Amino acid sequence: MPTPTKGARLGGGPAHERLLLANLATALFQHGRITTTEAKAKRLRPYAERLITKAKVGDLHNRREIMKVIRDKDVVQRLCVEIGPFFSDRSGGYTRITKTMPRKGDNAPMAVIELIQEKTVTAEAEAARKTRFAKDEPKADAPVEDAKVDETDAATTEAPAEDTAVDQDAEAPESATKDAAEEPAEGAKDKS
Amino acid sequence: MAVPKRKMSRSNTRSRRSQWKASAVHLVNCSNKACRELKPQHIACPTCGQYDGRQVVQPA
Repeated sequence: MPTPTKGARLGGGPAHERLLLANLATALFQHGRITTTEAKAKRLRPYAERLITKAKVGDLHNRREIMKVIRDKDVVQRLCVEIGPFFSDRSGGYTRITKTMPRKGDNAPMAVIELIQEKTVTAEAEAARKTRFAKDEPKADAPVEDAKVDETDAATTEAPAEDTAVDQDAEAPESATKDAAEEPAEGAKDKS
Repeated sequence: MAVPKRKMSRSNTRSRRSQWKASAVHLVNCSNKACRELKPQHIACPTCGQYDGRQVVQPA
């Protein structure tokens, strides 16, 4: 059973908190990194990561579950097509919170929360050696075939998504698609 | 309802307030070798904008 959140709600009440977290999550997936107060960043992290976990599965049911929170369809598309597959080799810990100097005006402790752009150490080592660790073998094979399907989707939908998304880092989607393109090749080598 | 019996003397007021002290912020040197400025601990450096060797914020 999930532990209830301690302390008061963010904003004015439960409904305000739900809207606040939904807006923060939308902004995070739109821009990749946002600056907010430390308390909001800490509450956003599990919330956003749960959405990414849903995006990694990416079927119709999970997409509808995401749509319950994020109203912007462009952001949902980006989440399911770019962000979700990018984190396919990472099991949790998709975001990073870094504390920054307190805000001028009310001295509120501030933080930067961002989607992690780097691949995991094991993923990089595997890419360098062109092999997979034994413990990753069964898991790694399944997502590769999913990635093939996603890649074809991404190729068709990427261009309009990039036009609509404003002020985003171009690095993440590019590297995601590149990795997705490389991985099936590796899988093919392994099988042969 | 309980009420004070006597006026609190200036002396007592001032001795109580003498205990209201501010403490200095704990500062450490930035871990960026090119910067080394003093900054609060566990916070991205406001001078160079780095934290743990990673550029987090734009330096002011």
